[in-house]
Parts: sequence; structure tokens; C-alpha cells
Amino acid sequence: MYQYDHFDQEFVDQRVTQFRDQVRRRLTGELSEDEFKPLRLTNGLYLQLHAYMLRVAIPYGTLSAVQMRMLAHIARRYDRGYGHFTTRQNIQFNWIRLEDAPDALADLASVQMHALQTSGNVIRNTTADQWAGVALDEIEDPRIWCEIIRQWSSLHPEFSFLPRKFKIAVTGSPNDRAAVRVHDIGLRMHKNAAGEIGFEVIVGGGLGRTPLIGKTIAPFLPKQHLLSYLEAIMRVYNQAGRRDNIYKARIKILVHEIGVEEMRRRVELEWEGLRDGRLQLDASVVADIEQRFARPVYEKLPADSAEVALLRFKDKAFGRWMRANVVPHLQPGYAIVNISLKPEGEPPGDASAAQMDAIADLADAHSLGEIRVTHAQNLVLPHVKITDLPAIFARLQHIGLAADNIGQVGDIIACPGLDFCALANARSIPVAQRISRHFADAKLGAEIGDLQIKISGCINACGHHHVGHIGILGVDKHGEEFYQITLGGSAENAASIGTIVGPAVAYEDVVGAVDNIVRTYLDTRNADERFLDTVRRVGISPFKERLYAAA
Amino acid sequence: MAKPASSNTRAVTANRLRDGAVVFRTVTGGWSSRIADAETASSETDAARLLAQAERDAATAVVVGPYLIDVAEIGGELRPTSLRERIRAYGPTTPMAGVEAVPYL
Repeated sequence: MYQYDHFDQEFVDQRVTQFRDQVRRRLTGELSEDEFKPLRLTNGLYLQLHAYMLRVAIPYGTLSAVQMRMLAHIARRYDRGYGHFTTRQNIQFNWIRLEDAPDALADLASVQMHALQTSGNVIRNTTADQWAGVALDEIEDPRIWCEIIRQWSSLHPEFSFLPRKFKIAVTGSPNDRAAVRVHDIGLRMHKNAAGEIGFEVIVGGGLGRTPLIGKTIAPFLPKQHLLSYLEAIMRVYNQAGRRDNIYKARIKILVHEIGVEEMRRRVELEWEGLRDGRLQLDASVVADIEQRFARPVYEKLPADSAEVALLRFKDKAFGRWMRANVVPHLQPGYAIVNISLKPEGEPPGDASAAQMDAIADLADAHSLGEIRVTHAQNLVLPHVKITDLPAIFARLQHIGLAADNIGQVGDIIACPGLDFCALANARSIPVAQRISRHFADAKLGAEIGDLQIKISGCINACGHHHVGHIGILGVDKHGEEFYQITLGGSAENAASIGTIVGPAVAYEDVVGAVDNIVRTYLDTRNADERFLDTVRRVGISPFKERLYAAA
Repeated sequence: MAKPASSNTRAVTANRLRDGAVVFRTVTGGWSSRIADAETASSETDAARLLAQAERDAATAVVVGPYLIDVAEIGGELRPTSLRERIRAYGPTTPMAGVEAVPYL
């Protein structure tokens, strides 16, 4: 894990002190809401339906057991005993009081955490593959580069007033788990013909009102040029991105309007003056940052455990959990454990303070003190000895987090929706809960296999519905909640935007509609064919015909 | 759920500055977290007057962002007519399991 140096700590501490004074002045009326709002947003504090909401950054989704315990403490002391992990690998607390916010931020700063870059028209918290550093297929750990981007972009004076927010994601694996094609900038590390590692730079992807798949602007960017090239893109966007219309202000609209060729021309022109300047990344600078990550020290272990292999057959529940939630690790004798925050019928991504503490204890005992947050709103124990898996499973059962549904129908992404969010038009969480409960009761999860359902409560698409295999978008029709269903979206390598299947359905009818779609799939699929592949093969017509047949 | 018939009765809601809690402007000129305490207005003039009073409280750092909402008496109780405002008034429809609900202040 990256450890703060003196500069990092002082910077975060100073921000807490500044914010404490800003809050004091707001509470006494010295500052108006119009004056205060940009200041609180800069510190991750939103005003939502019921209270202030604090969005805490978890840079590239990596956190320590100590930090997780602090999140539990924040939940208990300043909130209502739980937190909500988001699709941007962050955590949100929904019930924060303004007068407590400076204390909460001071507590977070004591464990090298903050809420910077979680709001506003700035470069937001950079996201990454949740299995960074441990995935079998990885070329290079993307988090080193995320941290370099964090340091470059934090309070970057030139990019503090962008036309709109800006999100960057990095993957170091050929199998994209960071959704790089639906970010403002996506970076995909790969090797060129000479065997050197560099970045494919993808620009102009995004969801929201106008979903677009990003386009490759540079097929291979040598690593030392990362920051100068990013700065060139940001300059072109900062100057030419639209500021007249909030819905057309993201870089995707600029790239779409001028075309990727013209975008590349402008970026390359800007880059000419930057590429060999002070932003060039010295190998020694990169090595310094890499060193601050304090690499885990693994034991030399046998690759397999006969005992655990046997238990998989004897204990069916353990076997199912192993199959769905545990994946191979690059280090022999270790495994990656995915903890589903989608227990049957529960709100996706929520964890209670007690669960957070328990996971922190598990990380200390079995995962070298480290935890990851995924953009699918789950958690990961990244360094687990295979021989420890039965003990971890037992403990997860005890705390209600042993759901064996990673990547399956129950592993639903959902934004907070109208139950919490001031922007939402319809509820998301109860829709997810109902779908989860329905398929759990039918015991169909494993039979259906890979199926990503993603739900957003408004067009801003925090629930990534456009890239759900089944996407569900809540809309308000004359004061009633309706849900538009899309099929065939994906955020992975062959990214695609889902197609609307037909007229929106009422709140009460969503579960039936999803069930109908799943039944069509089960009847239509070839052997071992995934839901997404069936939709791509047959198109939406068979789904549409059957879904609306009764109507 | 069926949408209640459009109502001309309005109340003023806002979020309390110090903690963000949902509050309603009361007949005594204060703010309450219970909608039952809300002052209602049935004419445009009364609604405008109610909102103007509330905006003074926003200017003096008591509440944030006051606005008018439609309310109706349903089953002998004053209730917001829109789902969004009912969720604001009564809380999320999906509390986190295993977490004790904290009563509204």
C-alpha cells in the first residue's frame, strides 16, 4: 500500500484545518450557502435528501485494515452505523451532520484518508483494477500510475475549474476489469512489439445522458510520457470543452463533435511543447513511488492444498463460494477472495460498522492487512493463503457476507437512487433487493451464470445501467416510477452500450420483466453460452417479443 | 401506487443547516422534522408569503434551500403528494438490515 510522505500528510491536514474554519463561518452565517457550497463539495460533502453525504476517496480502491476500521468508526460515530461502497471504489456516508464533518475529516486524515477529488469539476479519484498487483493476467501494477496521476492532478491549478468532472481509469491487464472504455480517459497497459510496456490511451468514453465508448487516441504511449500526454489532453479539453451546457460539457461530447482524428491532432500539437519538459517521468521518480507501496512479503507455499480441495467436495456451500468468489493469485499457494456485498435481498454495496471491523480483522489475520474495493461495489481480500480459505468462509458466514454470487444475477450494481440521492427520479435499491430476493428464492444464480444487472435511478448513470448485460434505468413518468430496460451492454474488453428493449415497465413489474428476460435466455442459449453472448447472437427481438407478448 | 389527486395545498420544506435534516416550516415560525407540524397554504398568495418567510431563515443560516411542496390530507394525516417528498419526510424505503433505525430528531 502507498504510504504518505511528509508532504502528503501536511497537505491533507491543512485541508482539514481550512475546512473546519469554513464550516464555522457557514454555521455563524458569515458565509452564504452559495459561497459555501463549492467549498464543501471540494471536501466531498454533498447535501442530499435527508442529510449531508460525505464521499470519502479510496484511491484506486486500495485500503488498509487500519483504514477500514476508521471507516467503521466514522459510520458509528458520525453516521447511522453503515456506509455505502460506490461504483467509483469510494465510500459514502449518508447521514453526516455539517457540524461533525470537520471532525470526521480529521479522523480520516489520521489514517491517510480524505475526501478530495470526490466532487466538483476536477480530475476525480482515479480508479483501477481491483485485483491490481495480484491478478494472474497482469502485465504491470496499474496503481503506481494511479498514484502518479493522483499526485499530479490533486489541486492542479490549471485543472481546478474544468468544464465538467473528469474520470480516469487504469488497467494493467489484458482483461479489462476497470471499465476503461467508459471513462473520460482510459489507460490500458500493454506490451508493444519490442516488449516494452506502455499505455493505450482511450479518450471520450462515458455513460450518463449520452453514453459513448471511448476511442483510442494513442495506441502506445511510452510510460515516461504519461503525465505530459495527459496534460496535453486536459489542456485541449479545458480550452475547447463546452461550458454553455452542462449536458454537453464532458470530454466525450468534444471528441464526438470534432472526431478522434482532430482530437488527436490538437493533443499532439499541444504535446509537442510538453513532452520533453518537466513532466517527463524519471525512472527514479517512478521507483520512489513504487517503493512507497511497500510490496507484500509472501511466504513460499505449495501451490495447492489437498485438504482444501477435499473440503470443496465435502462442503457444498464452501465449494459454491470457492467457485464463484475465489480466483487464482499470481503467487503460488495464495488466492484472491472476493467478498460479495450483495447478500440476498440486501442493499448493494452497504456494509455495517460491525461488518467493516470484521473484514479489517480478516485482512489483518489473513490478507497482509490489505483490502480492495471494486467498482461492482464488492470488497476483496487480495493476499489470502489457500489454506486459510475455510476459516475465512466460516467467518464471512458468521457476519452475513458469504454470498456466493460474484458476477451472477444477485451481484447487482445499484446507485443510491431516490431513497437517498437528490438527483434521482426513481428508486434503485429496492429494485435491486427485489430482483436479488426473487432469484435467490428460485436458486437460479449458478445455473444462469455470468449476468450483470446494473441499475441507475436517473440518467446520470451512477449505476452504469448502459453497460449492464441487463440495464435498468429509473424514470419519472407523471410522478410514477417507471424503469427502462436495456440488454447487451458491457464495460469489459468488447465494451458496448445496451439496447432499449421496449417501453418502460412500472416499479411493480420490474422483477417479472427481468425474470421473463432470463427465462428467454435460458430457453435460447447454446450450451455454456453466457447471457451477453446470447443477446449478441440473437439480438433483442426474441427478448422483446416474449416480454411484451402478454401486454 | 396511485398518484394522489393534485392538490393546491402547499407547505414549505428545507434542510436544516447544521445537520441537513429534513424540516418543515411550522405555524409558529419555527422548523419541525414532523410534517404534521407544517403550516399549510391553500392560495398562491399564502404560499408566496410562507416561502418568503422561509427564505429569510435561509439567509440567516437556519435552513438551506427552502421550497414549496404539494401536500394533502390523507387518512387524517398531512402527507406530501410526491414520492420524493414522502421519502424525504419519512426516510428511505429500504433501511440497512441489522442497523437500528435512528429516530428523526
